[in-house]
Amino acid sequence: MVFFLQLTVTGILTGSIYALIALGIVIIYKATRVFNFAQGEVLIISGLATTTFISFFGIAIGLISGLIVSFFLGLIIERLTLRPLIGQPILATIMMTLGLSWALRGVGSIGWQSTIRQFPEIVSHSQIMIGEVGISRIHLIAFLVSMTVFVLFAIFFKKTKLGLGMRATAENHQFAQSTGINVKGVFAMTWAISCFVACIAAILLGCIGGGISPTVSMIGLKAFPAVIVGGLESAPGAVIGGLAIGLLESWAGGLIHPSLMEVTPYFVLLLVLFIRPYGLFGLVRIERV
Amino acid sequence: MKLFGTFDVRYTQCTAIFRTLTHKITFVVFLLVLCFLPLIAGEQLLSLLTHIAITSITVLGLMILVGYAGQISLGQSAFMAVGAYASGLLITLCGFPFLLALPCAGLAGGLAGLIFGIPSLRLKGFYLAMATLAASFIIPWLIVWVRPDITGGVYPGLTVPPPVIFGFTFNTETSMFYLVITITLIMIYLAKNITRTRIGRAFVAIRDNDLAAEVLGINIFKYKLMAFFICSVYAGISGALWGHWQRALNPEHFTLMDSVWYLGMVVVGGLGSIMGAVFGAAFIRILEYFVTAVAPILEGWLPEGLAGGYAIYIFVGLGALTFGMSMILFLIFQPRGINHAWRVFLASLRLHPFSD
Repeated sequence: MVFFLQLTVTGILTGSIYALIALGIVIIYKATRVFNFAQGEVLIISGLATTTFISFFGIAIGLISGLIVSFFLGLIIERLTLRPLIGQPILATIMMTLGLSWALRGVGSIGWQSTIRQFPEIVSHSQIMIGEVGISRIHLIAFLVSMTVFVLFAIFFKKTKLGLGMRATAENHQFAQSTGINVKGVFAMTWAISCFVACIAAILLGCIGGGISPTVSMIGLKAFPAVIVGGLESAPGAVIGGLAIGLLESWAGGLIHPSLMEVTPYFVLLLVLFIRPYGLFGLVRIERV
Repeated sequence: MKLFGTFDVRYTQCTAIFRTLTHKITFVVFLLVLCFLPLIAGEQLLSLLTHIAITSITVLGLMILVGYAGQISLGQSAFMAVGAYASGLLITLCGFPFLLALPCAGLAGGLAGLIFGIPSLRLKGFYLAMATLAASFIIPWLIVWVRPDITGGVYPGLTVPPPVIFGFTFNTETSMFYLVITITLIMIYLAKNITRTRIGRAFVAIRDNDLAAEVLGINIFKYKLMAFFICSVYAGISGALWGHWQRALNPEHFTLMDSVWYLGMVVVGGLGSIMGAVFGAAFIRILEYFVTAVAPILEGWLPEGLAGGYAIYIFVGLGALTFGMSMILFLIFQPRGINHAWRVFLASLRLHPFSD
């Protein structure tokens, strides 16, 4: 029983990271109808950049400048790669983000040579014991940070002018434009915010693992099942999907076979495509042929 | 490309593969060059050409799926793995002859494709991409964990014998080159015929407007499934050839990232053209070869701290960046690919001096 509880706690805590990455994908998909296959690579680049800044300027300024740089990275990516494809079929945008993932991977490998970059121990790795279940302090903080990000985003989408503009753009590009919303500006901001969120996820991952290495992009790939499970257009769905994927993977890995850790998310993905392709909270506008 | 004075008066002329005498002569010369190339070319060039030819087969399949039917598959290399293991195991365990094992490998790839494709092909949008993404993780996992005693797992992997046809063993680079080129030409011919007949026109109709296609009486699900099956069969055959060429298989050779490379080749070659698949495969493989060849020269220029152990990562990154950038640049500046550029070039040659 204790083992099961331990697995549950670990699963939820890992899932919160998947949820954060999935949120970045959902934000972009909602506003621009582009599925960003390069989110994992954005995460690596921003994480590696942050480690470099930390080594130059110390922890506080390093983290802040990492976040700011990833914000601008998003603006640059949108302007250079996705803006020229506005109006193109969905096929072209998918190809573009796939090409982008390779280009960013190359940049990471050239700039940081595929070695693990150490992350300073901002939070101690000690464990808090609740009954017999141990919770690592850093995991708990990561979980709280990602939940805070979700709440902030919920407020952002409901209250601010930019957030409302993004939701309007998500509904219909032309209607949004005719009400005076700068749709291109919204696209750019969407990418910037998504990369910002990816950077938060990268920092949390760095704190948990003690460093960032290019193999981390595997975690980006696990966010895709999370997005599909939660529903493509739903931010709360991304959270639930991420937590569900983390939980199922932890259970399958701990209770059945360790090798299942890596593939459970994809079995779940297939199952969801089979029975409920629009996800738990997605819009039910799937057309069948 | 039609010359002046060549008019199509019948539909069959319009869809003919070889329209004029010039085409036929060019093709025969091309075949002769391929036949006599091993006499002058070194092992390195032959190996590069074999690699391009094997890649072309898998890209041809993807071209039919992506370029003609308008669906995206991210599992091409996983289905190649199915074909490679199927052929290898059928020959070593069941004693199949190579000529029988190769179609079986294609069939195995196709069936694996159907298993993953059926649920998502009923849906519009990019759900096939998601299902095949799952396939590219699940299939290698199955290979490693279900029966590691017969597949060899990750280590030591599976050893595949060289192909044997009627007692002749294809165990040199030259003989493998002839075998692979022959099969590639057959596969190109088949792909060309698929796309210029009823099935191919149905694919194009679905890609351009699925609603209109349905009104015309095309069973969308059936044809989408068929496109995906053909794509996976090509992957299976290409994977089998790759296995027999490399003679050692390991699930780590078939990753999601390789599937993205094949998609990139489709984009670079030009969506919706059979020759584009060959152009794209050749372009990317030659680019890769070039980056690998340039790497040792560049190493001397690296700053002191980066040389040595780190250099390899920089070159790997350079390869990845070149590939990613070529995909991005082609999508923005030449979305119709090399094939279109080549046609424009031919036309301008022919119209000289009246072309711009």
